[in-house]
Amino acid sequence: MTPALERSGRGALLRDLRAGVRTLGLSALLMAVLCGVWESYRWMGQRLELTWPFEINERTMPHTWDMVGQLFEPAQRNGPLLIEILFDAALFTAREALVGFVLGAAIGFAIGVVLAHSRLLQRGFLPYLVASQTIPILAIAPMVVVWLGGNGAPAWVSVAVISAYLTFFPVAINTLRGLLSIDPRALDLMRSYAAGWWPILWKLRVPASLPYLFTAFKVAAPAAVVGAIIGELPSSIQDGLAGAILNFNQYYVTSPPSLWAVNIIAALLGIAFFAAVALAERLVVHRRPENVA
Amino acid sequence: MLFARGNVQALADIDLDVRPGEFVSLIGPSGCGKSTLLRVIGDLVEPTTGEALVNGKPARRARLDRDYGIVFQSAVLYDWRTVAKNISLPLEMDGWERGRRAERVREMLELVELTGFGGHYPWQLSGGMQQRVAIARALAFEPALLLMDEPFGALDEMTRERLNSELLRLWSMMGATVVFVTHSIAEAAFLSTRVVVMSPRPGRIAGIVEIDLPQPRTIDTREDPRFFAYVTEIRELLRRGGTSSAAPGDAALAGGGQPG
Repeated sequence: MTPALERSGRGALLRDLRAGVRTLGLSALLMAVLCGVWESYRWMGQRLELTWPFEINERTMPHTWDMVGQLFEPAQRNGPLLIEILFDAALFTAREALVGFVLGAAIGFAIGVVLAHSRLLQRGFLPYLVASQTIPILAIAPMVVVWLGGNGAPAWVSVAVISAYLTFFPVAINTLRGLLSIDPRALDLMRSYAAGWWPILWKLRVPASLPYLFTAFKVAAPAAVVGAIIGELPSSIQDGLAGAILNFNQYYVTSPPSLWAVNIIAALLGIAFFAAVALAERLVVHRRPENVA
Repeated sequence: MLFARGNVQALADIDLDVRPGEFVSLIGPSGCGKSTLLRVIGDLVEPTTGEALVNGKPARRARLDRDYGIVFQSAVLYDWRTVAKNISLPLEMDGWERGRRAERVREMLELVELTGFGGHYPWQLSGGMQQRVAIARALAFEPALLLMDEPFGALDEMTRERLNSELLRLWSMMGATVVFVTHSIAEAAFLSTRVVVMSPRPGRIAGIVEIDLPQPRTIDTREDPRFFAYVTEIRELLRRGGTSSAAPGDAALAGGGQPG
């Protein structure tokens, strides 16, 4: 047995667990350092009465503990805690983002597969694919809402479609790259079995491009959350995180930490999406450890 | 047979017959087209003119009938499949049912002395072990013809000699015809029943050496004076290959046709 063989089995699980705990600890430490930097800058700025780049006060830089503390205050007198409201809002947005992510990933994957099989389509289609992403999502969102809303679809469906619009692009590009980056001899092997394009796709191209796909998914998952939040704006949906952001934007002067609190929740949602993809990757991709990004 | 890529002609006037059950090595300097010739036989490239017949049918037909197994210089194992799954790949492509596949995979693992490694991933094995998996994969569906493209070229000398002996053992057991590309004179002389010496630009056959050493070949074969005589003969042919029109040493070789 070579040392490499010990990578499989229970030893690997333990090591994974230990590595996970270390990563979490490191993240917590980094978060503490960032909060420390924020608070020290705030303290120094107030001492030195800085006016550049901006004046430092409760409005421009609320205390970090106030942001977190705000989550556990009632949003309105005698109402539920802010964190409960935001949790519901995050769930609502998460549903749109999840549907958008799955839809966008499926469409992106399909586009990648089609383009990988035709150089002609690739040349003709790719510029439009790139162009699609240069159009601001805010310009497209109202149209989607008008098109789908006119057919009586619930508003959140339009939002999911807008979210999918942000998701499909990285997935399509990376699928294409992954499917084309096959070792030519691995392809020769398939040809020596007289394999058609279908088995070549599912037994070689797709499994070989899984690392590319998951890289795309990791980019696309938080983008799907952003897409959902942006999509909620022109749909005038009040139940999601966008509603909360607009709302606390208006009250920023009276309660600055509230908007920051919403940002924390929105970020956590994005991180949760990323983490879900990273976990799925660990379960699905069995590659040389150094090859897993 | 003639094979041209771009403006460079890789092969010219190749006329070679390989008899069933033979172990034929193609040897020559880089650029002599020995790998290209192997790929023509496997229908992985098409010759510009001429044709390759495998089992009496065109190479394309033979490929579609899955008449040959192939082993490359690197193992080309699929990283996401375990060793067992890699060996069973051609069986899956052939539509074998699960139970029969597992049974054959077990046999093949035993044959290449990797019993117990079926659940490992390729990157957990050494280079020599990986190449043994590749050979097991190529032989799993018992093809009549085994094509090998410098399969041991990337291995150290000791591993190579051990795998040479193992390959001969497998060859005598399976009775397959082997076409073996190498740039090692000793390897060619040790393994083959015939060695085809090729010369470059454009690739053509400089001569053929019939290796009449007793089977089974062992460590002692490598120290047999006749073995050294064959090594010298191949080396001489290689040295003269570029310039002389060395007379073909075998009836199966028939020169002919116009050079490109």
